[in-house]
Amino acid sequence: MSADTGSASTGARVLDGVEHEPGAAKPDRILVASNLKRRFGGLTAVDVEHVEIQRGLITALIGPNGAGKTTFFNLLTCFDRPDEGEWSFNGRSLERTSASKVARSGMIRTFQLTKVLAKLTVIENMRVGAGKQSGEKLLKAMFPAFWRSEEKANTEKADELLERFLLIKKREDFAGSLSGGQRKLLEMARALMADPELVMLDEPMAGVNPALKQSLLGHVKSLRDEGRTVLFVEHDMDMVRDISDWVIVMAQGRIIAEGPPDSVMGDERVIDAYLGAHHDAALTFEEEERILAEAEAELAASLEHPEGSEGSEGSDDVEEDKRDD
Amino acid sequence: MDFGNLLSLSLEQALGPTAIIYCLAAIGLNVHFGYAGLLNFGQAGFMMVAGYSFVSVATIWDLNLWLGIPLAVVMTVLLALLLGVPTLRLRADYLAIVTIAAAEVIRQTISAASFSEYFGGQDGVTGFIGPFRELNPYSGSIGFAGVNWSGYDFWVMTVGWVLVAVCCLIVWLLMRSPWGRVLKSIREDEDAVRSLGKNVYAFKMQALVIGGLFGALAGCMTALRSASIGPSFFATDVTFFAYTVLLIGGAARVFGPVVGAVIFWFLISALGIFFSQATGGADPLIPDSIMTPTQASLMRFIFLGLGLMLLMIYRPQGIFGDRRELAIDVR
Repeated sequence: MSADTGSASTGARVLDGVEHEPGAAKPDRILVASNLKRRFGGLTAVDVEHVEIQRGLITALIGPNGAGKTTFFNLLTCFDRPDEGEWSFNGRSLERTSASKVARSGMIRTFQLTKVLAKLTVIENMRVGAGKQSGEKLLKAMFPAFWRSEEKANTEKADELLERFLLIKKREDFAGSLSGGQRKLLEMARALMADPELVMLDEPMAGVNPALKQSLLGHVKSLRDEGRTVLFVEHDMDMVRDISDWVIVMAQGRIIAEGPPDSVMGDERVIDAYLGAHHDAALTFEEEERILAEAEAELAASLEHPEGSEGSEGSDDVEEDKRDD
Repeated sequence: MDFGNLLSLSLEQALGPTAIIYCLAAIGLNVHFGYAGLLNFGQAGFMMVAGYSFVSVATIWDLNLWLGIPLAVVMTVLLALLLGVPTLRLRADYLAIVTIAAAEVIRQTISAASFSEYFGGQDGVTGFIGPFRELNPYSGSIGFAGVNWSGYDFWVMTVGWVLVAVCCLIVWLLMRSPWGRVLKSIREDEDAVRSLGKNVYAFKMQALVIGGLFGALAGCMTALRSASIGPSFFATDVTFFAYTVLLIGGAARVFGPVVGAVIFWFLISALGIFFSQATGGADPLIPDSIMTPTQASLMRFIFLGLGLMLLMIYRPQGIFGDRRELAIDVR
């Protein structure tokens, strides 16, 4: 654990000079998006001005429900097309790229609703994950001589990963028979089969029991220690605080804050986004007094000037009502 | 009731040329539906295009019949591309709609009077079978234990079962490979496969073409079996019978279509003979007041439908299917 916290602090140090503002420039960015907009009819689900993701760190993307996090994820991985904007991975624009090509170039995602291949065994799920396989070429597929050695290497790698993700006992079971948490593990392990540079995890902790959560946290950290970049969407604040080096906060499609976990959690804008600008917290006695006094003062003012501004506002209201009818 | 006769006639059907044709068509559907999850409801269209291309070389251009095979292959691939290019990027249902419509369009077009000069309209085409008949090594009738086929039928069966064996071998080789694994994965979840960097569209297209080519073999065999070819051989129910064959045997199993075809044609024939014997002749088993012979001829389809329903309820994975797979909650 001490090694982990050590690397976390190095991670934080890399970004020491970076300002804690939305769209802040990072020293070594792996993923950049600018002016990314996605509308669904009248609703603008994503409207991101500028964002950069630092290489080799764990970046968390948080925000209240409906903030557009998953849509943003889909846009970045080309599972959805933006209405406008540009984004690039490792300096290469992804504007006209297909989702599968993005994955081949080293950016592999997982899904919020886990997508395991139910009627394939766990080990087959893993083998599918391996990148460029010559046995996937139609003409070579019929002759195992072309792909046997490759398959063996992939299987070894898959077994290692299954061992690491505690799934080795389930090796020959159908993936559909796994529990929700095990599916999350399998999906993450499968994503690693292709040796991605950037791993995008969409709510890796959703529906995972607390015991498994700890081991998942460890796995995510180990990804960073292997030199991979991790970007994940998460609701679990403990997880975000525990493992992320940098946090990006989205609300209503926009990025509203950025920074290290501690500073972001205390940010006024973030608290507003999560709880609403006018907090629904119980009022204190002093506040109640103040509000009451204000109301009384207003009432007194309107009584003093019966044909003042109040009156005209009232007639405006009536007119508006008529128009509405 | 002559049960010996019923059994031998049904066996003739179960192993005969017609069963082979449906077996080949179902092998194609197995690649489409069983492995790749593509809903092709137009297998009859693939068969028809291939069958007519095959014989046209001989009947229209007076060339050697065997030159028709490469033409049939090319035309089938073109048809698969034509159907696949616009639909394979979309949800599975679109392919189903387009294929079922295309199969009908093809059948109506080929049987149209304006093309009767080439394709013989409703009557179809004959007179191309010479080269195939010449190769027939059998003469007289051939059979065993009371089951008999004509020499020509047996020749068609020989070629047919060899083709079935080769197709099964190809399917087995393909489906145990990483290529087949990707196909099965696409059936399970397209987006997951895409997220792993596979070009889903290309794999689906390859599957559509290969399954179509198996269907093409079925089309060519249809022409050889009957020594003629006509639009009525390729009605929509051909596709649905082929699906029935596939489901009886078990989808996504190499031998599913083979077992399915044999059982399907055995049942069709046995039920047909049983009801015609039971209602025919003097003093029938089932009196006219209950069922006339005309009504009886439809009974086999009613019973077959009932059987299919029971199969889907109690053994939805088919004869060869794996019970464990069904235990999995699909979504």
